[in-house]
Amino acid sequence: MLSSSPAGAAVLAEPRAPAPPAEAPPRHRRSHLDQLESEAIHVMREVAAQFERAVLLFSGGKDSIVMVRLAQKAFWPGRFPFPLLHVDTGHNFPETLEYRDWLVREAGAELVVRSVQDSIDRGRCVDETGPRASRNALQTVTLLDALAELKVDAAFGGGRRDEEKARAKERFFSHRDALGQWEPRNQRPELWSLYNGRKNPGEHFRVFPLSNWTEMDVWQYIARERIPIPSLYFSHRREVFRRDGQWLARSPWITLLPGESFEERTVRFRTVGDATCTGAVESDAASVEDIILEIAAARVTERGTRADDQRSEAAMEDRKRQGYF
Amino acid sequence: MTETLEAEAPAVATARPPQEMDLLRLATAGSVDDGKSTLIGRLLYDTKSIFEDQLLALEGATRRRGEDGINLALLTDGLRAEREQKITIDVAYRYFATPRRKFIIADTPGHVQYTRNMVTGASTAELAIVLVDARRGVLTQSRRHGFIASLLRIPHVVVAVNKMDLVDFREEVYAAIVEEYTDFAEKLGIKDLTFIPISALQGDNVVHRSERMPWYDGATLLHHLEHVNVGADRNLVDFRFPVQHVIRPHQDFRGFAGRVASGTVAPGEEVVVLPSGIRTRIRAVETADGPLPEAAEGDSVVLTVEDEVDIGRGDMIVRSMNLPTVATRFDAMMCWMADEPLDPGTPYVIQHTSRTARAFVTRIVYRMDVDTLHREEADRLGLNDIGRVEVSTSVPVFYDAYQLNRATGSFILVDPYSNATVAAGMIRGPVQTADELFGPAQPAQEAAPAPVSPGVTWEGWNVPRAEREARNGHGAAVVWLTGLSGAGKTTIARAVERRLFAQGCQTMLLDGDQLRHGLNGDLGFSPEDRAENVRRAGEVARLFFEAGAIVLCTFVSPYAGDRARVRALLPEGAFLEVHVDAPLEELRRRDPKGLYAGSASGAVAGLTGVAAPYEAPESPELRIDTSAVEVEEAVAQVLARLRAAGVLRP
Ligand SMILES: Nc1nc2c(ncn2[C@@H]2O[C@H](COP(=O)(O)OP(=O)(O)O)[C@@H](O)[C@H]2O)c(=O)[nH]1
Repeated sequence: MLSSSPAGAAVLAEPRAPAPPAEAPPRHRRSHLDQLESEAIHVMREVAAQFERAVLLFSGGKDSIVMVRLAQKAFWPGRFPFPLLHVDTGHNFPETLEYRDWLVREAGAELVVRSVQDSIDRGRCVDETGPRASRNALQTVTLLDALAELKVDAAFGGGRRDEEKARAKERFFSHRDALGQWEPRNQRPELWSLYNGRKNPGEHFRVFPLSNWTEMDVWQYIARERIPIPSLYFSHRREVFRRDGQWLARSPWITLLPGESFEERTVRFRTVGDATCTGAVESDAASVEDIILEIAAARVTERGTRADDQRSEAAMEDRKRQGYF
Repeated sequence: MTETLEAEAPAVATARPPQEMDLLRLATAGSVDDGKSTLIGRLLYDTKSIFEDQLLALEGATRRRGEDGINLALLTDGLRAEREQKITIDVAYRYFATPRRKFIIADTPGHVQYTRNMVTGASTAELAIVLVDARRGVLTQSRRHGFIASLLRIPHVVVAVNKMDLVDFREEVYAAIVEEYTDFAEKLGIKDLTFIPISALQGDNVVHRSERMPWYDGATLLHHLEHVNVGADRNLVDFRFPVQHVIRPHQDFRGFAGRVASGTVAPGEEVVVLPSGIRTRIRAVETADGPLPEAAEGDSVVLTVEDEVDIGRGDMIVRSMNLPTVATRFDAMMCWMADEPLDPGTPYVIQHTSRTARAFVTRIVYRMDVDTLHREEADRLGLNDIGRVEVSTSVPVFYDAYQLNRATGSFILVDPYSNATVAAGMIRGPVQTADELFGPAQPAQEAAPAPVSPGVTWEGWNVPRAEREARNGHGAAVVWLTGLSGAGKTTIARAVERRLFAQGCQTMLLDGDQLRHGLNGDLGFSPEDRAENVRRAGEVARLFFEAGAIVLCTFVSPYAGDRARVRALLPEGAFLEVHVDAPLEELRRRDPKGLYAGSASGAVAGLTGVAAPYEAPESPELRIDTSAVEVEEAVAQVLARLRAAGVLRP
């Protein structure tokens, strides 16, 4: 039943939800989500016009899901003219891959997968070892190799400026040199909505259509657009264990340390990434509305609130930048 | 088992749409230590926008500095660290929201690079907060911030008189600042100016009302930010739609994607496409969420039109009774943003709406001293300078004065070599100079649509060139033959003109020597005079070009920059540069006017190629080596080039 209703196309074909009748806004007033959406669509179309080989970096997380929805809107009724690129750590929650494949089918999108395992097999990088091994850092190698291989000149990322202090100055069009690196001196001032995508051969841009969105905006947009999201985001029973103040999920790649043990809890994930290091939070949030309330409550209201509140750790995790994503 | 079910069928979001919030973009300006970081920190803190982890970090950082409590200024200490390390300081964006409104703060650091940063932050802002330290009063910098806010047309300005706690919350101190700044702001034409006495450090009148300033009965800063009428200054009158991208998924759908730059658009409205001038009607205003009865400024939509019309990126769809100015020259205020100063000889790239072209800054009218607001003569603009300039572009741009339309009145210049964004500009209007030889400059009209309706008026040429070309049966063009004396420019040009004339073409030949006997009789051979010689020749060539002729010009024109300026006067593709070349020994041998002999004996000074430089064209449309081909062959090559350019029929 559920599987028949959520479809990107079906939702897209519906008319814009009418404004609430009470206190009807003037005809030309636009909500913050309308404005953020128009801005992101403008940026995406600008990329299609100024670049030849764009890709959308798709992680399966909420930000990249929102980007896919925006790309569908930006090029409607056509298909968006770039593939999704998934850098696969190999440490996936099965739900993430199922969601990914479902979305690709629904959107009629092209999916390119490049895997960290391949990079390791080809000797481009070395897997970390030990119980705390993670493939977070290795993703960058695979990503840069893939961008070079596919001759990508613009890669959409879901980065937001509210994620952390260092991102507050990031541009919509962020220049990367021929080595894929960010050089502060090559970043251009961005004025009005004029985006300068000129570059030399071999260089590329990371483009962040969600620059001006906050975590809350993303959730509100998911709610407004009724965008289906992976079940991992909603509370469910799961076998987890406690490490470094986080709940981590049981998975084939986990080796317990002395003193650790699995137990079943009601949890959900606030980010969806490498299964070995993505922390879950204890939560009863079963709908997007619940999640929005939970995030609103995760804001600190007084100095008295303590750090061992698991929600706040998740908030921190949520805002941590994952490598180049 | 719930698990498997959910995995197959992604969960549907069920939440109700969030409460309708709108959006305010603001910029903050203040000199170092006026309390800008503290104020932003206070706004974030008191609106509960700070996450717990940030707060803990803040407490730690405060403790490490040996202070008590939390130092709100440290929330933005990324910039502080940069300032200490003297690395590039940029605009940082910060976010907070109240139930009514989402706020985007462009936080522009107050140091030497100030102008560039504030211009960048102000370009998207609808409101500016200018901080004034109550103890120090209105400083030069406070005026500068007001000036930039007015230059960028930020509709609402709030002067936050900060550190009131340090002046015992005295009303006189505040009143004096209000009076002084009000006088100053009147000169700038700031429309909506509000003063609020605050203490960022202690929170008075920022989010919560202060009980220590009972004499103040206005709103708190946050209350003002939440209630200021956003969008009151949106231009909802002049419909402008720069086409960003054409969407053509199949034969039956052809849509023009873009963001409404200003005005509104609805199905059934009659529109004109620039530059072609073709008229059609809007069939639908489409979005992925269904067709709209109307779209307004800021909306990203897809327009479809009734007729099969050729429209591409860079074109602009406008309403037939309300047209922007179409021109290749304009007058603008410009802020220079690069370390390398502005070079009037460099062909920059201009980005204006969705259009890109080559552009020259043909003149610096004056530089503005942003502190005194005095105008000073200048022959260059350096980093952080603001000046009034004239710009010419290789293809027409469709603009409105920035004052009326921020979206179609703004542009950036890009350095074609470094790809850096080097300038931000605000168009004032047509070029206004009385000192040019032919009287006030005419904005070029090459893109003006034919006046098909009496309701549409185009200033400029009475009979548009397109009509002349249609009657002539060929296109107009300027063939510019450049090269050293004796290379064969005149011989080739004469033969080409004879041939064209015999075919019934309308032609004109402008010869350097001829012009020097008349129009340019007052000019010598200094670099300045040579430049002026070429400039006048270019303007004359353009007049004949507008009259529909194929204009052949033979000028030594040794400087690439001078030739490039002539090119920029004409539409793309209408200027054919022909480099007529031969080895110097060959020229010495030919020496038809005895110039090379004269140069050798000292009788002729500054002969180009011998005693003065010649900058050969890097990529001319055609290069002819006259030591290798006969005249007939050279003529054939020029004619072939004219056919290839579509000037002559194949
Ligand atoms: N007494 C008092 N001090 C303030 C106030 N606002 C800022 N300050 C202090 O002024 C100094 C500079 O403030 P800061 O926010 O860093 O200034 P910025 O350089 O403009 O960002 C700091 O020591 C602040 O604590 C205020 O309203 N009252």
